[in-house]
Amino acid sequence: MDFSDVINFSDYDKLLPLVTNSLIAGALLALIGGLVGVFVMNRELSFAVHGISELSFAGAAVFLLVGLDVVLGSVIGSLTAAGIIAFLGDRARDRNSIVAVLMPFGLGIGILALALYPGRAANKFGLLTGQIVAVDDPKLGAMALISGIVLVSLVLMWRPLTFASLDAEVAEARGVKTTFLGIAFVMLLGLAVAAAVQIVGALLVLALLVTPAAAALRLSSSQLWVPVMSVLFAMVAMVGGTLLALGGTLPISPYVTTISFTIYLIARLIAWARAKREVVR
Amino acid sequence: MSLLSIESASLEFDSKRLWHDLSLEVQEGEFIALIGPNGSGKSMLLKSIVGSQKLSGGKISFLGAQPGTKNSELGYIPQHRATDAGLPLRVSDCVGFGLDGHLPGLPLNSSARKQRIADALEQVDALSLAGETLGSLSGGEMQRVRVAQAIISRPKLLLADEPLSALDLNHQMKISELIDEQRRELGSAVIFVTHDLNPIIDFVDRVVYIAQGRHTIGTPDEVMRSDVLSELYGADIDVVRNQGRVVVLGAHDHEHHEDERWH
Repeated sequence: MDFSDVINFSDYDKLLPLVTNSLIAGALLALIGGLVGVFVMNRELSFAVHGISELSFAGAAVFLLVGLDVVLGSVIGSLTAAGIIAFLGDRARDRNSIVAVLMPFGLGIGILALALYPGRAANKFGLLTGQIVAVDDPKLGAMALISGIVLVSLVLMWRPLTFASLDAEVAEARGVKTTFLGIAFVMLLGLAVAAAVQIVGALLVLALLVTPAAAALRLSSSQLWVPVMSVLFAMVAMVGGTLLALGGTLPISPYVTTISFTIYLIARLIAWARAKREVVR
Repeated sequence: MSLLSIESASLEFDSKRLWHDLSLEVQEGEFIALIGPNGSGKSMLLKSIVGSQKLSGGKISFLGAQPGTKNSELGYIPQHRATDAGLPLRVSDCVGFGLDGHLPGLPLNSSARKQRIADALEQVDALSLAGETLGSLSGGEMQRVRVAQAIISRPKLLLADEPLSALDLNHQMKISELIDEQRRELGSAVIFVTHDLNPIIDFVDRVVYIAQGRHTIGTPDEVMRSDVLSELYGADIDVVRNQGRVVVLGAHDHEHHEDERWH
């Protein structure tokens, strides 16, 4: 393999129009991923994200095999996993074991479906490791719809959900439907994961739904700046990764994950430097 | 109409009887102390009033409605426990949730809201903590923040589950006085769960004492007596009064101030 395969920006102007849909989809994804990520962190759901994404992959792969809509399959897989986790995994310990049981099962089904699928290999791996040129208009429409649902619901439940994450007992006493909100959020998480699987692939969903929020939380505890930074970081990783991937033959995911991880490292370094300065004072 | 009405309520768990045939009418401005040994179901009574615990029998109505329907008129101070240090929230956010945390929408901050948060923090002697993250607080500081969160909405009924347990004596007095002051000013009622009546003995109108699945209700002078508590526990109990303090001997010897849970 030549280095020019990794980065090669000749013909860039001709390639760019091909990925307009992907860029829009990526930006949408960064928006909801960054916001959902804040609650994934607050509610310690990182591992659940991984479990949901594997079942989302399974759903997509099965639907691909039988010739149905991949996004729909992905959503069904996601929501099934989210439902199981939400209803059975009330306590963190139960939740982790349920996720750990679901995850390999989902991957297994997905790999079986891909193995039986006679189509192109690129389509197959795309579901696991991501793809940028595969966003056609109907798919973009589906992703916009999913993003819209997630965004509106999240805005409505933001304050009570934060309250419930802080102290479920007091929130419940003050009239917050904590159980309902908990389940509703995991379902929204399922939708966000299903959307993310379409672009970054099932294996790398965490880079979009966890890493940006984790980086933001290193830098701030403000109710305003944490979500703003989380979205910004996700946006830089997603859109930046797409633009870089365009200049090479590698899949999109290594770019997105590397940018995301680098942002996280920098955030940790800044937090570390701040803490040190505080000690010196 | 009473603010809170409990009519022959009972609660059982796996055939363990916590309380039975408990009736209580709480009027506006009344200060009720809820006392009893660990596992007697004091916290469960609060949870039943809040609506998160179903009764085995009887009924409760708050402001004339079923439990759980008018909870925004409630203030609730939970039992002290370790906070989740990882949660990225500040003291002022936490107190603000007592005001509007149950309403849908984004956590926007008006200047009027900020002022109310500052006032509530001032009342519990914690204004200087407003910008701190919750994870950085000591147990006593966190408990004062919880009190601020519970009183900021000026609730009609304040439910306090051992609110003094993590506090030093000075703050025990301050918080007790504050809660007393609140109910006098706002006419709100207080149900105050405690192991020790002494910090609040001057404020309490009535005591609900639960033990051994039984209970007795009356003024502190009526309830905190050797014969009354001996009958309640079914054992010899000595109540000693000294300089306005009351000490119950024989009932609490083996107890610790820990989570009230049965296993």
